[in-house]
Amino acid sequence: MAKPDFEIPELKADTEAPAVQEGTMSHSSPFIAKPEHQRPLSYPGELVEDWHDRAIAKMSDLLGKYRSFRVYLDSCVKCGACTDKCHYFLGTSDPNNMPVGRQDLLRKVYRRYFTLVGKYLPGLVGAQNLTREVLDEWYSYYHQCSQCRRCSVFCPYGIDTSEISMAAREILNDIGMGQKYCNEIIAKVFKIGNNLGLPEPALVDTLEGLEEDVFEDEGVEVKYPLDEKGADVLLVTPSADFFAEPHVDGLIGYGKVFHEAGISWTLSSHASEAANFGLFIGSYENMRNVSMRIREAAQELGVKRIVFGECGHAWRVAYSFLNTLAGPFDFLDPKYPIPQHILEVTHDLIKRDAIKLDPSANDDIIVTFHDSCNIARATRMGDMPGGQFVIPREVIKAAVNNFVDMAPETIHDATFCCGGGGGLLTDDLIELRVKGAVPRMNALKHVIEEYGVTHMAAICAICKSQFTKVLPYYGMGMDMIVSVHQLVSNAIVLEAKQ
Amino acid sequence: MSYLFATLFYVSLGIFAAGLALKLRQYWSVPAPLKIPTTPAPITRSGVVFRMFREVVFFESLFRATKWTWIFGWMFHLGLALAFVRHLRYVVSSDFFIWPLINNWLVQFAGQYASLIMLVGLLGLLGRRIFVDRVRYISAPSDYLMLILIIMITVSGIMMSFIAPIDVVGLKAFMVGLMVFDWQELPSSIFLIIHLGLVAVLAIIFPFSKLLHAPGVFFSPTRNQVDNPREQRHVADWARSLDLDSADQSSG
Repeated sequence: MAKPDFEIPELKADTEAPAVQEGTMSHSSPFIAKPEHQRPLSYPGELVEDWHDRAIAKMSDLLGKYRSFRVYLDSCVKCGACTDKCHYFLGTSDPNNMPVGRQDLLRKVYRRYFTLVGKYLPGLVGAQNLTREVLDEWYSYYHQCSQCRRCSVFCPYGIDTSEISMAAREILNDIGMGQKYCNEIIAKVFKIGNNLGLPEPALVDTLEGLEEDVFEDEGVEVKYPLDEKGADVLLVTPSADFFAEPHVDGLIGYGKVFHEAGISWTLSSHASEAANFGLFIGSYENMRNVSMRIREAAQELGVKRIVFGECGHAWRVAYSFLNTLAGPFDFLDPKYPIPQHILEVTHDLIKRDAIKLDPSANDDIIVTFHDSCNIARATRMGDMPGGQFVIPREVIKAAVNNFVDMAPETIHDATFCCGGGGGLLTDDLIELRVKGAVPRMNALKHVIEEYGVTHMAAICAICKSQFTKVLPYYGMGMDMIVSVHQLVSNAIVLEAKQ
Repeated sequence: MSYLFATLFYVSLGIFAAGLALKLRQYWSVPAPLKIPTTPAPITRSGVVFRMFREVVFFESLFRATKWTWIFGWMFHLGLALAFVRHLRYVVSSDFFIWPLINNWLVQFAGQYASLIMLVGLLGLLGRRIFVDRVRYISAPSDYLMLILIIMITVSGIMMSFIAPIDVVGLKAFMVGLMVFDWQELPSSIFLIIHLGLVAVLAIIFPFSKLLHAPGVFFSPTRNQVDNPREQRHVADWARSLDLDSADQSSG
């Protein structure tokens, strides 16, 4: 860990709203995409000359396409309910990181160009022209929103800042001011099939390595198949699962679950990525193009089911949007949810005694669980509302004997983002990531001190990477963070049947 | 003065109705292309109706967010609703079937004292806007003016209700006359002029201001969508053309 050039916040027992301090994060801005990152996504390579007119035209276009955008720009009454709900505001004190402050950066331009009062009496309602300064402000602060939707839980009208920040990013992309991190990754998916740019041979290598490792450890031949036609299940998982710690231990766990349950499954090299950064940049078309790869792979391999691995925003796109973007999936087995989450699969197998877990295998650890924002507030698992909170915890409790939840105001649908979601998991935003993690770090520190918690389980590749990076800044070990299926992997009883 | 107010009444009501109708049509016609309910969300339509009911009647989300804003906001809206019902006696004819529901001791008493609840709520909201630094930061001049406008309407109403009573029979004759285009004399009261004048202003700015939160909440996709994306495919009209494009490509 390099010595940071910013002050690391002090952790407290409770997260409280700080006093407003203007401009503390105005310097934070991610690298701008280069032409080669922009073009594969059909965006202009650099800031276009007529950016002003084009931005307003794009805003008008989006106002006609997204009811959320239209209604939310009109409906805010500035009640302040959201002002102390964003982890980035809580960690930075910058008022533009209050959800309403962030929305207003765009709302002031909307009012100026699209409302009667803003046109004729701009000062009255805080309306402003779209200037170069405003554009830079957009670029900075709409890349300080992780689109976690915590604000939308508390807003009396359900105003969802992520809808505004996605629209803002789409406008920015459309005038040639994209973000390098997201766009470079999406281009990689189009070209190679996954965010990390792992080509097929590398995947084959990795999966063979995993098979050898598991055989060495367990003496059981667990398979990690790739592109196997005729398998029942296509597993789509974030590409971080193929090599990064602690992600890969989760992938090992999925394989053991399928093996033990006797379910035939395969990964796909064409759809070797569950993540879909098209969501982060608010682009329906790019999100759809990424999603279509999963449909194509499922058809090509002739599978009956699609199952997603542990990834937060990926599960949002899968659960909430996949049917819309790449459906209808009438060629899959309708007996199973389309798509299904790996935790739904494992949970069901545990309930039916189709796999056995021995929680004493994890007796050396005390575990807490971080609800990932996208899963908690934008998806469901199982057949009842809130299943996304129950199912992961029941699986964890089946795999470990010592489980403790963090403070109630920091879990379930009030969970705090890890600080790295929404396309911000990049080193050029490290200050934001460290500061944005404060509310979660506070809650974690509390259960460590109170209950001796040793590990925090997560079900999102971004959360896992973010915490691995950020925990050391707060004097906690990077290996505290574990995959839920890593716990399952430790506890599952393999009966060596072939 | 009576003619001026009669005209103002028609104009403001016309702008209110036309402006609101245009806005509603706009909200209605713009699709929500993706399923974005804030979860956990109801998985049935009736569940969504119940969620919306709790949101609109009890301000459930605001209650979770901040108790002070909730208590002041809820006092104001509850008072407004009660006062509104009481005011119906000025426009509803006494032989209309709902008359007994309005013209009874309970509704009139509650409606009268509701004005005081409203005022406390409004002053609380104004206080938060001034004294909580986060709320002060996000407040534009229009946010203060809106509160001041409604406070003035409330206070002028309280004056007539408790301190300087007006000729309510004459007022009813004026209001009913407006509806049948048989214009009557407006009772003379400075508070009535302020009250009606500002209500007209409020009606005029309604479709152009944040008062659109009232219809807006019903159109909010995070609150009004059913959580059933896996069971039911949801596609907006403009997105359907993308489906057709890729079908063309794969077939030819």
